[in-house]
Amino acid sequence: MTVMSDPAVAELGEALYAARRSGVPIEPLTDSYADMSVTDAYRVQSALVARLLADGDRVVGYKLGLTSGPMQRLLGIDIPDFAPVLASHVHPDGAEVRAGAFIHPKAEAEIALVLSDDLAGPDCTALDVARAVAGATAAIEIVDSRISGWRIKLADTIADLASSGAIVLGSAVVPVAGFDLRLTGMVFSLDGEVIATGAGAAALGSPLHATAWLVRTLARLGESLRAGQFVMTGALQGAIDIAPGQRFRAEFDRLGPVSMRIA
Amino acid sequence: MSEPAELAARLIEAAEKGAGIEALTTTAGLFDVATAYQVQDAVVADRVARGLPVVGAKLGLTSVAKQRQMKVDEPLYGWLTGDMAIDVGQPLRCSRFIQPRCEPEIAFLLRADLEGRHIMASQVLAATAAVYPAIDVLDSRFAGYSFTHPDVVADNASGAGFVLGGQATDPAGLDLRLTGVVLEKNGELVATAAGAAVLGHPAASVAWLVRALATRGRGLHAGQVVLSGALTEAVPVSPGDVIVARFDRLGTIEVACR
Repeated sequence: MTVMSDPAVAELGEALYAARRSGVPIEPLTDSYADMSVTDAYRVQSALVARLLADGDRVVGYKLGLTSGPMQRLLGIDIPDFAPVLASHVHPDGAEVRAGAFIHPKAEAEIALVLSDDLAGPDCTALDVARAVAGATAAIEIVDSRISGWRIKLADTIADLASSGAIVLGSAVVPVAGFDLRLTGMVFSLDGEVIATGAGAAALGSPLHATAWLVRTLARLGESLRAGQFVMTGALQGAIDIAPGQRFRAEFDRLGPVSMRIA
Repeated sequence: MSEPAELAARLIEAAEKGAGIEALTTTAGLFDVATAYQVQDAVVADRVARGLPVVGAKLGLTSVAKQRQMKVDEPLYGWLTGDMAIDVGQPLRCSRFIQPRCEPEIAFLLRADLEGRHIMASQVLAATAAVYPAIDVLDSRFAGYSFTHPDVVADNASGAGFVLGGQATDPAGLDLRLTGVVLEKNGELVATAAGAAVLGHPAASVAWLVRALATRGRGLHAGQVVLSGALTEAVPVSPGDVIVARFDRLGTIEVACR
């Protein structure tokens, strides 16, 4: 596997940035760089993030992707991926989100963890995460791909901000002491009809474990999570296609509901 | 088309021999759902005649996805008889079955009779002594689970066994719609779900059953158990497998297959 040159990394970051801004998808990066490594894919992601930050955005959290068994089998991998979440991508509970802002968006219901303390280190465990969270919040993620037709391989989705589009966060941050987030039930409704259900364990076995994996992975890159940031811990069901006029609602036991309207 | 009693005899024989048969609608001509319930009655009557009492009921096709798959728009039901009960802590003996599968469900133990054409979920909850985490053991008498809607109704909703967890919970104050469940096989996560996966609410599923029974002049009785419908896909099991279903608020149920 050859290591990509800095100019090649910058070029791909720029192409993904342009696709985000124009709404015109591009061909899979792995069409041109068939053997792009995970490391190089994260280098492209960093180039893309640097470009978005240069526009005045800032990192407010992280998202985990590919946290479910079915998704990992689909891509032939056994670990998740991650990307920073930018402030401009976060919407409040009940927000109206424009479908036109995306290329081919899908909705996923997730548990978000909000940190009260910094979290760092290569040995971070679920217990460390439990101690550092202010609480959990109901959340919906709009996933989208800047790659034409979602024809993604692992490196494509990593480079493309882990296929993140936007995030809608619930209104309450609920302390997680005294209950087991793995078992926390979720009911996802579209226009009032139940379309999927799930529980917290769908995210890498546990939202706390998923977050610990993120902290350990960031530590190897010399990075960490900060107090006040949040982590989207992974979808609890298969992603649902989005169309204008729809109303999505994800209701979680103990955490309450979060909803969004698609304009 | 053959007589209901004759169709029932084929299902009873398949269960006794432990060998799956072809769908009745394939080998004996098409029949409607009303006839299918007559076949089911004959299958259950045979058990009762052998001293195996009816101890409850179960629902099937309670998820919209499964109904679409079977091209129907309502659930179906079958009856639980005494021989199907596997007590908590006892193994599931696979040799008793043809092709057993397990699915996690929320079970209702009734403290009052329930009958009527207008029963709603709230009345089901009022008539419920306790809810339990449960495993429904399916075993289609049709080879490879290959059947149409009338076939599976005739086959007593594939009912073959059930296990109730050891922990009884008062449903008052619970929102079973949101109750999460995690299904594991041999320590591996298989699926997750919440109570709303069955007709929007497990008690609404039981209410549908009561209304459906009322159209035939029947009802449920105090002391009976109702399995309210599968929360996840059913998982095939064989000797050596361990199935664990963890329910938020209701507890965990574990079944070891021998």
